[in-house]
Amino acid sequence: MQLTVLLVVLAVLAVVGYHLGRSRAANAVGGRIVQLHSVPAYYGAYVALWAGLPAFLLFVAWGVSEGWLVMQMVLAGLPDRLTSVDAQGIALLKADLLNLAHGLNTGRQPDPAVVAGAEHYNALRQLGDWAVLGFGSALAVAGLWYARERISPRMRARNQVERVINIVLIGCSLVAILTTVGIVLSLVFEAARFFMAVNPLEFLFGLHWSPQMAIRADQVGSSGSFGAVPLFAGTLLITVIAMLVAVPVGLMAAIFMSEYATPRMRTALKPILEVLAGIPTVVYGFFAALTMAPFVRRIGDAVGLDVSSESALAAGVVMGVMIIPFVSSLSDDVINAVPQSLRDGSYGLGATKSETIKLVVMPAALPGIVAAVMLAVSRAIGETMIVTMAAGLSANLTANPLEAVTTVTTQIATLLVGDQEFDSPKTLSAFGLGLVLFIVTLTLNMIALRVVQKYREKYD
Amino acid sequence: MTTQTQSRMGATMNAPSALPAVPVKMQARDVKVFYGAKQALKGINLDIQENRVMALIGPSGCGKSTFLRCLNRMNDTIENCRVEGRLTIDGDDIYGRDIDPVQLRARVGMVFQKPNPFPKSIYDNIAYGPRIHGMASHRDEMDEVVQKSLQRAGLWNEVKDRLREPGTGLSGGQQQRLCIARAIAVSPDVILMDEPCSALDPIATAHIEELIDELRENYTIVIVTHNMQQAARVSQKTAFFHLGDMVECDDTEEIFTNPRDERTQGYITGRYG
Amino acid sequence: MTELADPDVRAVSPARSRYQSDEFVARLRRRYAAEQRFKYAGMAAIGLASLMLVVLLGSIISQGYTAFQQTSIALDITFDAAEIDPQGTRNPEVLAQANYAKLIRDSLGTVFPEATSRADRRTLSDLLSSGAPFELAMMVRDDPSLVGTTKRVWLTASDDVDQFMKGFIPRNVAETERRVNDVQVAAIDRLASKDSIEKSFNTTLFTAGDSREPELAGIWGAIVGSFMTLAITMALAVPIGVSAAIYLEEFAPKRWWTDLIEVNINNLAAVPSIVFGLLGLAVFLNFFGMPRSAPVVGGVVLALMTLPIIIIATRAALKAVPPSIREAALGIGASPLQTVLHHVLPLAMPGILTGTIIGMAHALGETAPLLMIGMVAFIVDIPGGFTDSATVLPVQIYMWADSPERAFTERTSAAIMILLGFLVLMNGLAVFLRKKFERRW
Repeated sequence: MQLTVLLVVLAVLAVVGYHLGRSRAANAVGGRIVQLHSVPAYYGAYVALWAGLPAFLLFVAWGVSEGWLVMQMVLAGLPDRLTSVDAQGIALLKADLLNLAHGLNTGRQPDPAVVAGAEHYNALRQLGDWAVLGFGSALAVAGLWYARERISPRMRARNQVERVINIVLIGCSLVAILTTVGIVLSLVFEAARFFMAVNPLEFLFGLHWSPQMAIRADQVGSSGSFGAVPLFAGTLLITVIAMLVAVPVGLMAAIFMSEYATPRMRTALKPILEVLAGIPTVVYGFFAALTMAPFVRRIGDAVGLDVSSESALAAGVVMGVMIIPFVSSLSDDVINAVPQSLRDGSYGLGATKSETIKLVVMPAALPGIVAAVMLAVSRAIGETMIVTMAAGLSANLTANPLEAVTTVTTQIATLLVGDQEFDSPKTLSAFGLGLVLFIVTLTLNMIALRVVQKYREKYD
Repeated sequence: MTTQTQSRMGATMNAPSALPAVPVKMQARDVKVFYGAKQALKGINLDIQENRVMALIGPSGCGKSTFLRCLNRMNDTIENCRVEGRLTIDGDDIYGRDIDPVQLRARVGMVFQKPNPFPKSIYDNIAYGPRIHGMASHRDEMDEVVQKSLQRAGLWNEVKDRLREPGTGLSGGQQQRLCIARAIAVSPDVILMDEPCSALDPIATAHIEELIDELRENYTIVIVTHNMQQAARVSQKTAFFHLGDMVECDDTEEIFTNPRDERTQGYITGRYG
Repeated sequence: MTELADPDVRAVSPARSRYQSDEFVARLRRRYAAEQRFKYAGMAAIGLASLMLVVLLGSIISQGYTAFQQTSIALDITFDAAEIDPQGTRNPEVLAQANYAKLIRDSLGTVFPEATSRADRRTLSDLLSSGAPFELAMMVRDDPSLVGTTKRVWLTASDDVDQFMKGFIPRNVAETERRVNDVQVAAIDRLASKDSIEKSFNTTLFTAGDSREPELAGIWGAIVGSFMTLAITMALAVPIGVSAAIYLEEFAPKRWWTDLIEVNINNLAAVPSIVFGLLGLAVFLNFFGMPRSAPVVGGVVLALMTLPIIIIATRAALKAVPPSIREAALGIGASPLQTVLHHVLPLAMPGILTGTIIGMAHALGETAPLLMIGMVAFIVDIPGGFTDSATVLPVQIYMWADSPERAFTERTSAAIMILLGFLVLMNGLAVFLRKKFERRW
């Protein structure tokens, strides 16, 4: 709340600063604006930046560090009997504190000291927010005053403002890099914790997956087992099925659209693919689970096959349908990049349209199409909702598309949904899987994007 | 004009024109072409004689390329393009029912402005046409077709050791000769050339021009060109197009020395172009 | 024109026969057959894609359209003052605590006097939603003068009755096979004969939050959650994305590190969405201690996910502005920044807007990363702020899809229809903007 107020205050001060700066600059030269180094708007922007930016940075810094900072202070204030435990205990304690502080039920009778800690936590946050509001507003007013005082006709306001804007623009570009760094660090760190508990070789090559850990160490099967091969195999199976649907259909659709369809047909047919592309994956998942899976099962029954109600086939086919527009739009780009002169050369020799496509256009477009298929595979591997809703959780190691399999993404989603303590190998295994998923899709994407780029350069 | 080209032109003019009646290979009667509502050709009448080189000249946008593309129905690939009138090859109506564009294009080959070899090996570039038309039943026969076509296009000696290398690796002039060889490989009667030298340097151009002169023995050639000297060097007949009309068609020598229409005169003397 | 020969004079060429040989013609026929087959294969591909779309939309609409109606039952309720407010204080707290379920039981007892056993009476009570007493409480709260009167009121029926009325629970099967027993069927028939049971527009679906009872569940909470999440996403992704695109397209020097950013953005666009969820979980929840299930975290995660889409679209729009515009502005002494802000950016605006809307539509339909950060919790209340626990429309669909009741399947389909409606609206806006401001240079 206080932080929202601060943002409003900053916005108002920036606007006020802009007008003050502009009028002061104009007054300084008695209205003869040509005598100014920059147009008055730049003096306004200069003051506005001084008023808004430092306080805004404070706001961001506080917003980012608030949770961590306050938590450290709360932990320091708790009695030793609570805090002198191992890392796992601390994490559990933190989770309890946060849940209590946000008014959620922890599911067990909380220790009074922890309740007090949670109240302390909330109080500190309130206090901090008020402090930031007060200090931020003061900073903004001071900045405004300082900048306004510095305005003189010879001040190079434009250069200074543009330099700041340039830095802000660079900062925005770096967000993308930070995101990647964040992804890599979070995956690597959490996965490393997982691999401390589970041997990476067992994870990558083990044939048995059952992440359920017993609550007490003396229970049967307390260790769980983390051999991810069944997940990889399941992912592969569903991806192959999806590609068997998406690649021929998508490619032929693209060929038809770009080579055969009249412009009028194209405008009529294109929306079909666009709508297919725009449907959220959760809708495909619902369709796979409630329409496609029973349908496949009925067909199987009719021909006397035993089909699981969560068959890989149903999930794979629906995923293939989802990827059709992806393949077709990428292929469409690639096919259109093949120069018309090659087609003319082929027609000029008396080739039919299909001969031209099969013998000239496709070979010329092949690298691009291979890249498109790779991107589609990466997409299929990373798709979560369809498989979570339709493929089920049984980690079978099978190549039979009529059986139920599970995939890497399904496991990640189920392992992390709901409340979980963040330290058991069960939860952390999701990050191990995530790391594998990230590496595989990244490799596919990198190669594919490189190929596409090379291909474009060739015909540009 | 240099003396060399003059003498060559003289030589080409003497022999065939001396013969009394040259058979007509292709004939256009009142050919009109529309792109949508826009009329590109306004009733063209033209006879193309067998084993002669016919040059089509005229300022850009005059319809000469459009006319050329009518001769093997390449205009079919352009949407909204409509052709009226009668075009014949050996008396068969090109736009008639019993003539198929695929069949026609095997009879009337085409070479384009920019060399457009397929991204395949030199061998496969030449073999493409014979393969789709089923002209060679086994490998030896195909090898022979490829060799003969490359020899006729004067490219054999330059590429015989690298037939498996991509055709796109050749120089511009070689690429264009490859495209001519590719057209020859399906043994057409007529070869259409749409400004075949406009993307080439003078030496490569000279090569192609010599080649055209040699090919005349076996093929009927129609060439569109912007370059009047080139028309004078390689052709026996020249037709001058202007704003969708065929203004004048005559022996090349006649057109360049004694044009009857003042528009032709204006164009060849460089008053506009 | 000179020497035009008669068109009918045929010059016979020796080569001509080859193209009309039987062999060539037969081959040509085969080639054309192959051509047709290829073309039909293309049409079949398009046809298959269209068929799947029709089946998909058809199955959702046919399963979901019934959810827009809800059965209710009319009962003569005696708002007995002795029961509701024995002291006569009309104190709202007392009114709220009263046993309204008993009023309903009494009313049912007068309609069905033959039902005397406890089991039968309970069976009859099950005709009504477990939320029905609450509906009465709300009525009395809004109008305390009802106390002491008798009034015919419409109360929400239970989901089983609703499904029975919609014909999804067949009559002609054994009693043990259906969720509505014979006593209830007879009661429904009796009510129907007195026009006391009917289907009407299902406003609950649009106004309520989530519930375990299908007939009380609505998507308003999810819509509000989606709206808040998207607001955060837009507030972050659009300014940052557009700024980054401007920098990369207009100002960035061609160095190794700008190449790196470029490659990085292209790859980020293809990273599976669930990985962004892992990032959100590890960084925002665990490291920064942001609240679980909150729209603010969901918004940030989706913003990071949409950022590459917006950057790529904006760069394409900026690239489409011809260099001559920039040269003209620079030529009259504008600074590079002024050139971009005054000339290039306004011209690129339609493209940027279109890209932004498409990115937002993408974010609106995204589910997987939000599961990771706990937006999958069961939340009854309508979220009131960016840090309240909330869910979003696609996650609500995911949760309802998991519920076994037939009535939830119906509502899931309806929620999908509403989600698709929003997406159609957004994409329609994007298409409209593109058409309206389309410019050819």
